[in-house]
Amino acid sequence: MTTANPSIDQATALPLKEKLARTTAIQRRRAFLLTLPLVLFLLISFVFPIGQMLFNSIHNNKVSGVVPEFTTAIQKWDGQGLPSEEIFEIFVKDLAKAKKVREVGRKVGNMATRINYEMPGSRSLFTKSGRKVGKIKQGPYKEALIKIDKDWADPQVWLTLQRASYDISPAFYIAAMDMKYNEAGEIVKADELYQIYLNNFGKTLWLATLITLICVVLAYPVAYLLSVLPLRQSNLLMIMVLLPFWTSLLVRTTAWIAILQTEGVINDLLVYFGVIGEDGRIQMIYNQTGTIIAMVHILLPFMILPLYSVMKTIQPTYMRAALSMGSKPFYAYRRVYLPQTIPGLAAGTLLVFILAIGYYITPALVGGQDGLLISNLIAYHIQKSLNWSLGAALGTMLLVVVMLLYWVYNRLIGIDKLKFG
Amino acid sequence: MTNFLQKQLKTKGRAYLYLAVATVLVVLLTGTMKAAVGFLLIFGIPLFFMEKMHEYATTGERFSRYIFLVISASVLVFLIAPVLIIIPLSFNAEPYFTFTDEMLSFDSKGYSNRWYLDILHNGMKAPEAIEGWWSDLWNNAQWIRATRNSFFIATVSATIATTLGTLAALGLSRPEMPQRALITSLLISPMIVPLVITATGMYFFYSDIGIAKTYTGVILAHVTLGVPFVIITVTATLSGFDMSLVKASQNMGANGWTTFRRIIMPLILPGMISGALFAFITSLDEVVVVLFIADVEQRTIPRQMFSGIREQISPTILAVASILVVMSVVLLTVLELLRRRGERLRGMSPG
Repeated sequence: MTTANPSIDQATALPLKEKLARTTAIQRRRAFLLTLPLVLFLLISFVFPIGQMLFNSIHNNKVSGVVPEFTTAIQKWDGQGLPSEEIFEIFVKDLAKAKKVREVGRKVGNMATRINYEMPGSRSLFTKSGRKVGKIKQGPYKEALIKIDKDWADPQVWLTLQRASYDISPAFYIAAMDMKYNEAGEIVKADELYQIYLNNFGKTLWLATLITLICVVLAYPVAYLLSVLPLRQSNLLMIMVLLPFWTSLLVRTTAWIAILQTEGVINDLLVYFGVIGEDGRIQMIYNQTGTIIAMVHILLPFMILPLYSVMKTIQPTYMRAALSMGSKPFYAYRRVYLPQTIPGLAAGTLLVFILAIGYYITPALVGGQDGLLISNLIAYHIQKSLNWSLGAALGTMLLVVVMLLYWVYNRLIGIDKLKFG
Repeated sequence: MTNFLQKQLKTKGRAYLYLAVATVLVVLLTGTMKAAVGFLLIFGIPLFFMEKMHEYATTGERFSRYIFLVISASVLVFLIAPVLIIIPLSFNAEPYFTFTDEMLSFDSKGYSNRWYLDILHNGMKAPEAIEGWWSDLWNNAQWIRATRNSFFIATVSATIATTLGTLAALGLSRPEMPQRALITSLLISPMIVPLVITATGMYFFYSDIGIAKTYTGVILAHVTLGVPFVIITVTATLSGFDMSLVKASQNMGANGWTTFRRIIMPLILPGMISGALFAFITSLDEVVVVLFIADVEQRTIPRQMFSGIREQISPTILAVASILVVMSVVLLTVLELLRRRGERLRGMSPG
C-alpha cells in the first residue's frame, strides 16, 4: 500500500523492511488465530485422549497402587531365592490394608488380575490370600503366608510381582507381540495357544491388502467408463456410486446380511435355479467371505472417486496420438494411459487401505469368528476383558502403522487434495 | 466365423436382435421372467452404450469394449443393488430376510407395512391405546427416542463443527498461514485415525473428566469426527476464491466481520452447507464412538440398529434401513444442487 502523506513515513521512521516484517507477522498471527479455536478444541477432545491412551500402554499402577510400601521394598530385592522375612512382613501388612480399600482400581482384585496376565491361573492365589491375610497378627510372616497357600513359596510369584511393581513397563507390548517372560526373566515367544495378536495383525494386513486389490480391479473400469461417457450419462451412473457412498454403513451391512445369509436372496436364487440343493446352501456371511464382500462394497466409492477425478483430466488426444502412431491398443494403454492415472490410483489405494486396516463395525457384525480384525481385538480388550493396557498397546501398534501410511499419503498426494462427490 | 460376426456386429441394431433372441432363450431355458430381466439388465445396458461407438471400430475393439461394459455394469449393479433390494424386502409380510413366493408373484398378501408400524410400536407401553398415544410414542418408543437423540446430537455437533471448521479453513487458506501442512494434517487426522483408537482414547479421557455417558461427551466426539469434512469442503471452495474481493471490501471501509458476512460468506456458503451436511451425516451414521462412550439414554439410530443386528434380527431393521436410504437420496440431491450452484457462482461450467 502506498501512503499519501510522506511525512507519516518519516514520523514512524521505520525502515521499509522492518515494517513489512511487522505487517507479515500480524497477518501470520491473524491467520493462525483463526485456526486456533479448532486446534485447541481438537487438542482437548482428540489429541490428548489418544496421548493418554498411548501412555496407558506402558503405564499400569495396579500393583504399586494397591501395595505401595511393598512396591518400594520389592524393587530393592536382588531376585535370589525368596524375599527376606522383612519384605514378607511389609507385603502381609500392605495386603491387609488394601483389603479394606473400596476405591475402584485400588482393590486387591485389580492387582490379582494384573499378575494373572503374566502368570495365568494365579488370580485365586491373591484373592484367597487377600481374604485370609487379616488373621496373621504376628511373625514369622513368611511361614504364615505359605501356610495360607503354598504357592507363596514359589520364587516365580515374587519375581513376577517385582516386575509388575514398576509403573512403567514394556510388559503389555511384550504381550501384544505374542511374547512372555520365561522363568529366568528372559523374553521368549509365548506358547502356541497364546499367539493371537501377531497372527491377527498379519490377517488384518492381508485382508486389507486383498480388499484394496479387489477395489482397484473393480473401480478402474467403472472410473474409466464414468470419465469417458458424456456428462449427462456419467452423472446418471455417478448416482449409482454416490448413493451407496451416502447410505449409512449399518444399512449397507444389514443389506449384505439379507443378501448373503443362508436363507437370503443369493442362496434362494441359487437353489431356485438348481445350482445348489436345498441342503447345500452356502455359508457366505458371518465369516471372512462376508467381511470381504461387505467391506469391498463399503470402500469401493473411496477408490472410484479419486480415480475418476484423475481420469477426468486426462486428455483423450494422448491415447489417439499413440494409436495413430501405430501403437497396439494395449501397449498404448500401458505406456500412455496407465501412467497418467497413477496419482488417482495411489490416492485411492492408500485411502482404502488406511480405512480397511482400522475397520471395526462391519467385521464385528458379519465377521463371525475368522473375519475379526485387529480393531475388534482392541475393542474386546477395552470393553470385555478389561485389559486396558494390552488394548492400548495393540491400539498404539495399529496407530503407528496408520500414521506412517498417512504420512506417505501426505507426502505423495496431500490430504488437502481430497474431495467428496 | 469372425467375418460373420464382424459383419453382423457392424450393422447397427442387429445386436439388439441377438439380445432379444438370447433373452427368449433364457426364458425358455429357465422358465421364468426373473432371469430374463437380470439377463437384459446385465447384457442389454452395455449394449446400449456400445451401439454409440464409431462405425469403423474393428470386431476386436467392439468385443473388448463390450466385455469392458459388462464388467463396469456388473460393478455398478454390485454397488447399487444391495442398497435398493432392502426397500422391497422391508415390506415383507413374513419375518424373513428374503423374497417369499407371494412377494415374487406380486400377491398383495405377501406385502405389508407391519415392520414400519413396528418401528413406532417397539417399546411403547400401549400401542393400541387411543388416549395418550402421541405422548406414549414420543417418550417410550425405542426408535423414536433413537431418532430424537440422533437428530439432536447431529444438529448440535454439525453446527459446532461447521463454525469452528469454517473459521479454521479461512485461516488455512490465507497465504500467510504458518505451518499450514502440519496444522491441516492435524485437523484432518480424526478422519484417518481408526475409530476404535479414537473411541478408546475418548472413553478413558471422557470418563476421567466425567462427561462419558452424557450428551456433552457424544457431541464433543462427533464434532471432532465431523470437523475434517468441513475443513475439506470449505477449503476446496476457498481455493477458487478471488482474494481481491476482500481487498476491495476493505478498501471501501468494511471491517473484518462485515467483509466476512457480506462478501466471503455468500460465496463460500455452498461449501459450508455441504460441509455441514457431511458433518451431520457423519454424526448420524457414527456408531463406534457411541458404542464406547454413550449410555442407553443417548442411544442413536445406528446404535439401535447395531444391537438390532446383534441381538434379535427382524425386518424392522430393514424398514429403518429403507427410511435411511430414502433420506440419503434426499441429501444427495441437496448436495448435487449445492455443487451446481457453487460452480455457477464461481463461474465454472455446470457438471
